[in-house]
Order: sequence, then structure tokens, then C-alpha cells
Amino acid sequence: MTTTAEAERPAVRTSPPGADRGPRRRTGRIRRVGLPYLLLLPALLLELLVHLVPMVIGIVISFKELTQFYVRDWGAAPWSALDNYRVSVDFDAPAGEALLHSFLVTIAFTVLSVGLCWLIGTAAAVFMQDTFRGRGLLRALFLVPYALPVYAAVITWVFMFQYDNGLVNHVLHDQLGLTDKPSFWLIGDNSFFALLTVSVWKGWPFAFLIVMAGLQNIPRELYEAAALDGAGVWQQVRRITLPSLRPVNQVLVLVLFLWTFNDFNTPFVLFGRSAPEAADLISVHIYHASFVTWYFGIGSAMSVLLLLFLLLVTGGYLALTSRGRRKAS
Amino acid sequence: MAPPRSFLWSRRIFLTLLTGFVLIPVHVMVSSSLKPLADVTGKFRWLPSELTIRPYIDIWSTVPLARYFVNSLVAAGAATVCSVVIAVFSAYAVSRYDFRGKRVFTVTVLSTQMFPGILFLLPLFLIYVNIGNATGIALFGSRGGLILTYLTFSLPFSIWMLIGYFDSVPRDLDEAALVDGCGPLGALFRVVVPAAVPGIIAVAVYAFMTAWGEVLFASVMTDDTTRTLAVGLQGYSTLNDVYWNQIMAASLVVSVPVVAGFLLLQRYLVAGLTAGAVK
Repeated sequence: MTTTAEAERPAVRTSPPGADRGPRRRTGRIRRVGLPYLLLLPALLLELLVHLVPMVIGIVISFKELTQFYVRDWGAAPWSALDNYRVSVDFDAPAGEALLHSFLVTIAFTVLSVGLCWLIGTAAAVFMQDTFRGRGLLRALFLVPYALPVYAAVITWVFMFQYDNGLVNHVLHDQLGLTDKPSFWLIGDNSFFALLTVSVWKGWPFAFLIVMAGLQNIPRELYEAAALDGAGVWQQVRRITLPSLRPVNQVLVLVLFLWTFNDFNTPFVLFGRSAPEAADLISVHIYHASFVTWYFGIGSAMSVLLLLFLLLVTGGYLALTSRGRRKAS
Repeated sequence: MAPPRSFLWSRRIFLTLLTGFVLIPVHVMVSSSLKPLADVTGKFRWLPSELTIRPYIDIWSTVPLARYFVNSLVAAGAATVCSVVIAVFSAYAVSRYDFRGKRVFTVTVLSTQMFPGILFLLPLFLIYVNIGNATGIALFGSRGGLILTYLTFSLPFSIWMLIGYFDSVPRDLDEAALVDGCGPLGALFRVVVPAAVPGIIAVAVYAFMTAWGEVLFASVMTDDTTRTLAVGLQGYSTLNDVYWNQIMAASLVVSVPVVAGFLLLQRYLVAGLTAGAVK
């Protein structure tokens, strides 16, 4: 970076020609060193308050036997050493088994949801790369699910999934006759698919948005050259568009993964405080452990484990993709 | 050269199906909000048996929707303003200066973005309860407390996106301003900020949208007087009836401002997301 230019800059500013150079230069120096930190100060204080301190407290209480009796004075809760962690990962006991189940459900849900969001978003963006009549309108329409507040969108889906007055059963059973009898969508095994549908409906426009932006960076000449060489549209998509999107996709998939994996709003509005077993995502599971059953210590231990997992996955993913990039270049 | 028919047909079929998928819930929301209660408690109907605007009148009295609206507006608005203002300063420092700890700072900010909100919820809840007990300052259940928790997601995102945006403003511009006698803050506010207005709008829109749709913190950190729309909408279900027509009307009312704002400003948002994410 341009370190030298930066170092010179404040000196130029604080020393106009003919000025008394000695003391001014000194204040210039102090300012130069201190200024970035001064600018960062508000952010640092807030980061400390909303991220670092809570994280430290979270880690501390994961080693404590914290229940509702100690909420008013959590420092007084007895230490429990590694008990909370032992309970969380003891997959033969109910709590650990439920956590493992919830983790596996979350993984399956995340992989499917991210895959479908990526697929639909990419297809839509590729199909809409060329101009055609109504493209602008369609583009605006496609962004509506993304722009809608989560609770307003998801509550509409709750209504559609109602057993006796919802659209889904009406269409599948009454109109198309695909099912023998109306089904429950928000309890039981179907709830997984209900959650997946809502998540994809809400999430794919983000992939669409990012891929569209990525498409704009592909030089038109590539397509023209390919067309001259006789490549058809499908070949151009496969040979030019998709490979050019690689760097965009690497960021997109990571962001989609983290958002979907951490999503709380969608399952919470869809199912309430305790989700059905088949759709028991990890964030709602931890919420339930902490604020419904009041095992704060175990909830914290689960949070810490979740954090470790996310760090591992993100680190591994970044290492993999950056190595791939280095190889390609 | 016109695309082949296989491409045109695939496109037509795909986009039609996708439009249906996107539009059906929107249709349900709009049409149900114009139905009498009998239409939404019995079998589903695609269209209202009679059009009524009654739900739009009743939503304001069934639950204190106006108050929830104001609460959401204050919480989302304040969180947006705070995070944008603070992010402008720190993004400028990161983008324009080299200093010790810069990497640590950016990595920390970046990584907090991937943490689930649930991780911060419980500790923040305990901190608020304890501060309340010790000092009598009620953060728990107050607007201030809610705004502070919203910064957990809006601040790192704003900083991250604005760094990308400030980096794309040529350095020559503010260096020229410094040479011409501006202070660093002068250069920031007279040159860098005006040049990065689209990015700042994008960050603000995004921060506002996320806070407006936030459910997790709102469901734990608010009480009767500070409840936001996210929690307040649940009030339309009583023991006897679920007023689906009113729920849909209220959902539409709370959605219109953000959707309209988003569609108006989405150009900036796309540009901002690209500067931050696609590079």
C-alpha cells in the first residue's frame, strides 16, 4: 500500500510555508498516529459492548450452572466445569440427542436451501441477461420476496399452510386431488418441506441479485468472439457465463450458507417458540433451551459449540476457495 | 443472432413458473386482506366473496398497530443512523490509513458477521438485566436497549460494505483536498462521503430493512410499550379466532414502506453489494 504517501500527507497539511515548523509538526505527528484510532473509537466501543463483552460472558456462563434462579445475579451461579458441554454432546442422553438431531436437520436444510436458492437465482439471472419486453417489471417483481419484512412474508405462508383454510391444502387436495386428505404442514414431518419452501421463496432473490451484478462484469467481447466461433447460447452459458461467475459464487455460497444456517426469523415465525422435530433448526433449538426451558448454561455451551463449528467451516471454505483461485491464476 | 427456440422456450417456462411461485403469496396477502372474516375462516377462496376494506380499518383497533409501527420506526431508524454514522468514520480510517491493529479490527468485524444472533441474545439479555438491577437504568424492554442490540448485525455489515465502497473512491480525490488545506475530516465529509453517497444509501437501506424485519431480539428484549411490529402482529390471533384478513392487511401495511423504498433504491443496493461482495 502507499504507506509513504500517507506518512507525508499530514505533514504537508500541518506545515504551510513559513509557519513555525517545530511544535506544529509535533502535533501533526500525534494526530497522524492517533487519528485512525480516534476515528475507530466509536466503533471500537460499540463492538466491545455488543460483541466482545457478550461473547466473553457467553463463554463464561457456558461453564456455569445458570438457571432462571440466577438470572438476576448470574455471577453467583455455581461453576459446573465442563458439565454443560458434556450434556450437549452426550448423544445417548435426551439433550445431546436432540442437539445432534437439530444439527443434522439444520445441515440438511441449509444444504438444500442454499442449493435451490443458488440454482433458481442463477437460472433467473442468466435467462434475464438479455433484454426482452417486460424484463424490468419482472426484475422488480422478483425482488419483492427479498424486500418484504420476514414476519410479514412468513406469516402469509403460515396462513397458506393452515390445515382447513389454507391455500396449499386447497390446491393439492380439493383442486388437484394429489393427496387423499388434507395434510398438516406446520407440524410433523411435512414441516421440513414447509420450512424449505419458505426459505427458498425468501432467499433466492438475493442470489439473483448478486449473480446479476456478477454478470455485468463479464466482457461482451467474450460472447461475441464465441458467437463468431459458432458457439450457441447454451454453450456460451456453459463455457463463458458459469466459469466467469466462479469468484462471485464463492462469496455468494458462503454468505447464503451463513445466513441460512443462522436463520432464526423464518422458523420462529413459522413454528413459534418450539419447532416441530423435523424442522428444529439449531438457532431455535438454542433459543428454546435458553428462554423456554431456562437452561442458560446449556444454551451457552451449545452456542459456543455452534460458533466453533461455523469458524471451522468458514475457515476451511476460505482456505479451499483461495487455494483454488491461486491454482487457477 | 437470435437465441435458438430451445433457449426461448426454456426461458418462457422457467420465468412463468417462477413468477407464479413469487406471486402466489403476494396474491394471498392482497386478496385475503380484502375479504370478510367468513372467507378466511372457511375453505380457502382465491377471490373474496365480497370486497371489503373493513380489515384495514379494524387492524388499528384490534392491536395497537400504530404504536408498534412507531416503535419499529424508531428502533430501525435509530439503529440505521447510528451504524451508518459510526461506520463512516471507521471505514474511512480503514480505507485511508495504515495503523497497527488494522487487520485485527477488520477480521474481527468481518467474523462477527457470521455469528448467529442467538449467540449474543442470551449474554446481552443478562447484561441488560444486571445493569438494570445495579443502576436502575432499564435497558431491558426499553427502546435504547433494542437499538443497541440491533447494532450487533447492522454495524459490522455497514463497516464492511462501506470499506469496500470507500476503497472504490479514488484516493487522488481526497489527497487533493488534503493538499488544498482540508483536514482529514474535511476531506472525509467534503470529498469521500459525497463521492460514496450511493454506497451510504445502500448501507442505510440494508440496515433499515434488516432491523425492520428483525424478530429474535424483538421477541425477547421488548415489553408491552416497546413491542415492535415483528412481535405485535401475533396479537391478531385470539383464543377464539385468528383474524387472518386483518393479519394480511396489517402485513401489507407494514410491508409497503420498505418494499417501496427498496424498489426505489435497489440500484444503489446492488451497486453497494457488488462493491462489497463481488470484488
